[in-house]
Amino acid sequence: MFPDHNIREKLKDKVVGIAGCGGLGSNCAIALARVGVGKLVIADYDEVEIANLNRQYFFSDQVGKAKVLALRENINRIDPLIKVEMHEIQLNEGNIPLIYKDCDVIVEAFDRADLKQMIVETVVEKMPGYYLICGSGLAGWGANGTIGVTVSGNLYIIGDGTNEVSADYPPLAPRVGIVANMQANQVLEILLGKM
Amino acid sequence: MEIQLNNNKEIIERDQLTLAELIQYKNFTFPLLVTKINGRLVKKEDRDNVFVKNGDDVTVLHLISGG
Repeated sequence: MFPDHNIREKLKDKVVGIAGCGGLGSNCAIALARVGVGKLVIADYDEVEIANLNRQYFFSDQVGKAKVLALRENINRIDPLIKVEMHEIQLNEGNIPLIYKDCDVIVEAFDRADLKQMIVETVVEKMPGYYLICGSGLAGWGANGTIGVTVSGNLYIIGDGTNEVSADYPPLAPRVGIVANMQANQVLEILLGKM
Repeated sequence: MEIQLNNNKEIIERDQLTLAELIQYKNFTFPLLVTKINGRLVKKEDRDNVFVKNGDDVTVLHLISGG
């Protein structure tokens, strides 16, 4: 039996949506799978590329595979009982409310800032009451103390709020993983209540 | 007037101004912002028409690429 049996019992009927399966989405989904969230709804239109392997939870033998398929494989290698609903699709204002309607919490895990804005506006406007956990500001390395959480109603924004991805400051595994795991940690606090 | 801006009290040296003017006044330069007044979303295209009034609770969140 897992040492966190009681927590797993509370999480087994929960549904979490992951919007995007890149650096944030893949790492966040894996963390939620390991703690026993019963169902994950994942969406992405992209395929795994070699360049993704510096931060995304995929493996070199998955290059060329659809990210949703590869992520489901990896989640179910950890726990075959977790249900993974896959959508190989580009998310937009129209399909987000349909795809994520049964979710207790939604995690924003896009790369582009304009898409982050799109999902925030879509969820706040069309899905009132739903929790949305965004990542914003994770490029580069170091500066651990700058990563934090901003809360506005049911909207949580996690990151340093400053460091945009660029040629000099690419997204790298540690900081992307920190933000992704803080997003997963925020999901848990919403699902389980504060410690 | 006095408003709450991102959970902090702010004195603005104007009687009224639009949300777009407030963003300029505060020098929020990130291109992608999510704005709310009293918890209600104000979309980008409406920021020129929506006025910030004394006592309003204004939230300006910026979103940065990377994921």
